[in-house]
Amino acid sequence: MPNDDPENPRHGGGDEPEHPSPLSGPIASHAQHPHRRHAPPLYGVIAEFDTPGDLVHAARKVYEQGYRRINGYSPYPIEELSEAIGFTHTSLPLIVFIGGVLGGLAGFGMQYYMEVIDYPLNVGGKPYNSWPAFIPITFECIVLAAAFSAVLGMLILNKLPQPYHPVFNVPNFAMATRDRFFLAVEANDPKFDHAKVVLMLRDLNALEVSDVEV
Amino acid sequence: MHSTAPVIDPGMTFASVTDKISSIVLKRKTSLAWFFGFAISFALFQLMLLAITNLVFVGIGLWGVNVPVAWGIDILNFVWWIGIGHAGTLISAILLLLRQRWRTSINRFAEAMTLFAVAQAGMYPIFHLGRPWLMYWLFPYPNTMGIWPQFRSPLMWDVFAVSTYATVSAMFWFVGLIPDFATLRDRARSKPFQLLYGMLAMGWRGSARHWHRYEMAYLLLAGLATPLVLSVHTIVSFDFAVGIIPGWHATIFPPYFVAGAIYAGFAMVLLLTIPLRRFYGLEGFITMRHMHNMAKVMLATGLIVGYGYIVEAFFGWYSGNRYERFMIWNRMHGPYSLYYWALILCNIITPQFLWWKKVRSNLLALWIISFIVSIGMWLERFVIVVTSLHRDYLPSSWGMYQPTVWDWSMFIGTIGFFFTLLFLFIRFLPMISIFEMRTILPSAEVEE
Repeated sequence: MPNDDPENPRHGGGDEPEHPSPLSGPIASHAQHPHRRHAPPLYGVIAEFDTPGDLVHAARKVYEQGYRRINGYSPYPIEELSEAIGFTHTSLPLIVFIGGVLGGLAGFGMQYYMEVIDYPLNVGGKPYNSWPAFIPITFECIVLAAAFSAVLGMLILNKLPQPYHPVFNVPNFAMATRDRFFLAVEANDPKFDHAKVVLMLRDLNALEVSDVEV
Repeated sequence: MHSTAPVIDPGMTFASVTDKISSIVLKRKTSLAWFFGFAISFALFQLMLLAITNLVFVGIGLWGVNVPVAWGIDILNFVWWIGIGHAGTLISAILLLLRQRWRTSINRFAEAMTLFAVAQAGMYPIFHLGRPWLMYWLFPYPNTMGIWPQFRSPLMWDVFAVSTYATVSAMFWFVGLIPDFATLRDRARSKPFQLLYGMLAMGWRGSARHWHRYEMAYLLLAGLATPLVLSVHTIVSFDFAVGIIPGWHATIFPPYFVAGAIYAGFAMVLLLTIPLRRFYGLEGFITMRHMHNMAKVMLATGLIVGYGYIVEAFFGWYSGNRYERFMIWNRMHGPYSLYYWALILCNIITPQFLWWKKVRSNLLALWIISFIVSIGMWLERFVIVVTSLHRDYLPSSWGMYQPTVWDWSMFIGTIGFFFTLLFLFIRFLPMISIFEMRTILPSAEVEE
């Protein structure tokens, strides 16, 4: 879960000298404002990669170093990537199952109530509870409710729609929907230390490492 | 060219796939041919609006339907359109579950076709009601009349099946589009389009956690859509099979209808993609492999449909029921026998050419066969609807059915509406799923 809480960035009020960056170039968003007393609150550090292999490799290494609040960004789903960042469980199937069961019960219950309790009608001597004739609509209700659970469940768990997110501030992030791959280490990770993270990402074959402002 | 042909041109990269597909929407100048095609479709769409307006003003007598043939080509067109729609769901959902990677470049387009075909289909039963402004009576809502719909009727099953199908197809399509909306948002140059695609993308940023849930949701939707599509056409066939009209009351109907739907749908996908890939230069994405595979699916389902015809005739004879026997005889030799034999020619004889690889590799031949199959599937529903109804039990109530100019206006009009939507789709949305195309690139393999 990305922590978007701007109130509590672990690396917020630090002054520049705390982590004199040994690196030049685009990482030094802090260095661009040497006179500012307080650097802007930091969401994290993001590294850009050229290939999915580099990204997954980096994600695995960063995870092995003990970082947990990390996230990858890619133009298409990469199974190995979610494994590498330790995100392998989702409760979506359970949500969809519950949605389907409730939909089915509601669908059958609706027909039972209308045809048996509220408006019983003798049709050719058929029983009021003609349950086989109620199955098609029950089935459709199962599918409809389960499909809504899948779509809405996915959007809600993903916290979408979300018009603003700090990673959109990364200069080259538009390429994340084309052919570039990104790995973010978030500032609220307990192990987060700006200089260390930057160095680590640099060593992992990143094209570029930059700070992400909240 | 053979079936080992690649599913994507080997020279493609993440960048070229993205740029090529998104440029059709964002950069390419709208061609004159597009305007021309759109103008014709839009004009025909106006014909549909005219036909509907006239129908609502004058009444259902405008159509050729009357006792004994109260279901004319209007219910026929409903079945025809919804059948066409089914190939889209088959391609997007069933082939996804079967891990057929070749589906990737045609699924978006096929899903759009599904949605637009279902929109046409849905209109027919509503306007066939006679008083279409009371169509909400079909839905179970608490009302002052104190009554509820009759859930033992297949017509109510139809309401739920078709509305569920339309809703789930739309959701499936939209979910598939979200990552591509993000791609377009990041590529768009003009502010209005950035805003439009940005809102539709809902802030999608390609996060690994999002992708994980997204893939799960997509897979579950595919798993739900697969039995759904089978159930929808099964229920459409129940509209007939639950009735006791000779020729309708048969257990073969559900599988026979489902196979026919897939058959007609694949014919329509081929009919549309063959000119489209050529016009937009998409041969690198929709390769000959796709054409071969779709032709094979068409051949296989065509054979199932052929089996259906044989079993229908066998049932008529084996039932020992004189009405059933007469129905088959009347189909083959009665006043509508021309339709029956034309249907055999279109649906059983024509697809046999697909056994030859040479025919499957010839796009013109494939297009012509698809066109003939589309007509054949229309004739099949004509034969089922009309020949069973026009001469059932009592000879005193026999009659003939003739569609009127307004029946045809409505039908041609829906074709116009379908193509209007399709033209708008290929102009404003990526007709090939960009993110799924990236996954089938060789460079998508993770090598550490």
